[in-house]
Amino acid sequence: MREFRYEKATDPAGAVALLAGEPEGAYLGGGTNLVDLMRLGVATPDVLVDVRQLTSTEVEDLPDGGLRIGAAVPNADLAGERRVRERYPLLAQALLAGASGQLRNRATTGGNLLQRTRCTYFTDTTMPCNKREPGSGCGAVNGYHRNLAVLGATNEGADSSHTCIATHPSDMAVALRALDASVRVLGADGERSIPIAELHRLPGDDPSRDTTLAHGELITAIDVPALPWATRSRYRKVRDRASYAFALVSVAAAMDLQGDVVADVRIALGGVAHVPWRATVAEDLLRGGPATEAAFVAAAEAELAAADPLSDNAFKIPMATNMVTRTLVQLAEARA
Amino acid sequence: MDNQITLRVDGADTPLTVDTRTSLLDAMRERLGATSAKKGCDHGQCGACTVLLDGRRVNSCLVLAVTAEGQEVTTSDGLATGGTPHALHDAFVDHDAYQCGYCTPGQIASAAGVLAEAARGWPSAVTEDLVADATDLTDAEIRERMSGNLCRCAAYANIVPAVAEVAVEQGVRA
Ligand SMILES: Cc1cc2nc3c(=O)[nH]c(=O)nc-3n(C[C@H](O)[C@H](O)[C@H](O)COP(=O)(O)OP(=O)(O)OC[C@H]3O[C@@H](n4cnc5c(N)ncnc54)[C@H](O)[C@@H]3O)c2cc1C
Ligand code: SF4
Ligand code: FES
Ligand code: FES
Repeated sequence: MREFRYEKATDPAGAVALLAGEPEGAYLGGGTNLVDLMRLGVATPDVLVDVRQLTSTEVEDLPDGGLRIGAAVPNADLAGERRVRERYPLLAQALLAGASGQLRNRATTGGNLLQRTRCTYFTDTTMPCNKREPGSGCGAVNGYHRNLAVLGATNEGADSSHTCIATHPSDMAVALRALDASVRVLGADGERSIPIAELHRLPGDDPSRDTTLAHGELITAIDVPALPWATRSRYRKVRDRASYAFALVSVAAAMDLQGDVVADVRIALGGVAHVPWRATVAEDLLRGGPATEAAFVAAAEAELAAADPLSDNAFKIPMATNMVTRTLVQLAEARA
Repeated sequence: MDNQITLRVDGADTPLTVDTRTSLLDAMRERLGATSAKKGCDHGQCGACTVLLDGRRVNSCLVLAVTAEGQEVTTSDGLATGGTPHALHDAFVDHDAYQCGYCTPGQIASAAGVLAEAARGWPSAVTEDLVADATDLTDAEIRERMSGNLCRCAAYANIVPAVAEVAVEQGVRA
């Protein structure tokens, strides 16, 4: 591991100021991802600015009935928070489906959003990987990729500097994407709010960048807008073992059911793309239509029609289609 | 780079100089001789290094020692009071909840965390009623909540009843 200086600030602005002059520095949240990547030689910061308890550790009510989640709220506390369990079951379930009790106690909301892909070539410094070492190529396309993306990936061949088929690993982010959360960020020029849809980015021509954040921008909080019908919501995750594993495919969904009609619906998918994937094609097909299994299947198939799988991850297409369908059937049958 | 810190492990304060790269796990084991927590993977994947940090279970391999200053670290050893084993220690012995014992201190620290989380009414991924006031640590709940602790000897079948016994005593299992 590269040597580094450990710094603490007294307030968020102080942390931003500390990192502004450190091009190779990084913020440290719970460290459950960053310390691991440093040990593997994948992340090599020369300064760590500890922000684990620097931003808010509170969950506050917003005037519209939504919630503001401090970036330092641990994942476990957020899942245990009564207002989250009552208003946004899909968010509590997504958090509880992630990692282990120990990790959730330590991991922060801000760090969870910015955790890096679990592509095995990214975490192995002896392998080619455009995300870790731009221009080195992509080991995964012709190698082990059964856990990687089927939607929105860039594949111009193993040697192209653009190619990356990584997935975003966070469960929480999938629920937040369905809920249209926004991310509050503090930078050298002050504070701004980013819709979560614009936080994570597709690999495009620069797989090394996971997000649109500039170096040194500090996440201070996540705002989750009110969504009264999110009481009818759910997070489902399929993985290689029953617990303590990343998603192969996951679904976060909420439904506004009026009689037998889908008045409104939110669907986001995890494990299928470089970003938490909002299923807008499926949502548009379902909105205003009948809440029937046939309609759910048609919408799910339409969403996955754009999928472009490789030899070993094509199974994710029927898996995602079936999971969207089953989740919507369950929501339609659930008591609100 | 070296930093001066004081670590409080199982009730004892020790000032020491650590390289910033040192994990809490390595600082305890290599510097303080506190070898209760074990190193299985060093990547947060096995739970052998589980300790309570200010009463919350965490993986000490992913905690940098410099960040633990001013916090109370409790290992499985430290759960015993004045030579008297903790109820979890007795239950693990009574139920034969180990074979080689390597994962055991992590299992026990983790179980102590599980009991505390259940007392707070926190749900898990297998909890049906997310808004229930109280937690009932059924076998399925214990398995899910303890899933961050792997046991290479697969003593799971005896770990679950050991934790269940203490859960009953503590009023978090029907
Ligand atoms: C064995 C294992 C299994 C796991 N399983 C799952 C799983 O199933 N599902 C899942 O979703 N996750 C899983 N995780 C990942 C875990 O959820 C993340 O490691 C955790 O959420 C990261 O949070 P942290 O606070 O520890 O972040 P850190 O490791 O501290 O930081 C992560 C990144 O965010 C940056 N950062 C941190 N805070 C801020 C901030 N406030 N502003 C700007 N930048 C910041 C850091 O610089 C770093 O780049 C698993 C992890 C492990 C080790
Ligand atoms: S998929 Fe992306 S992260 Fe994985 S090896 Fe290819 S470039 Fe690297
Ligand atoms: S040694 Fe820490 S989780 Fe394995
Ligand atoms: S008792 Fe041997 S690893 Fe668990």
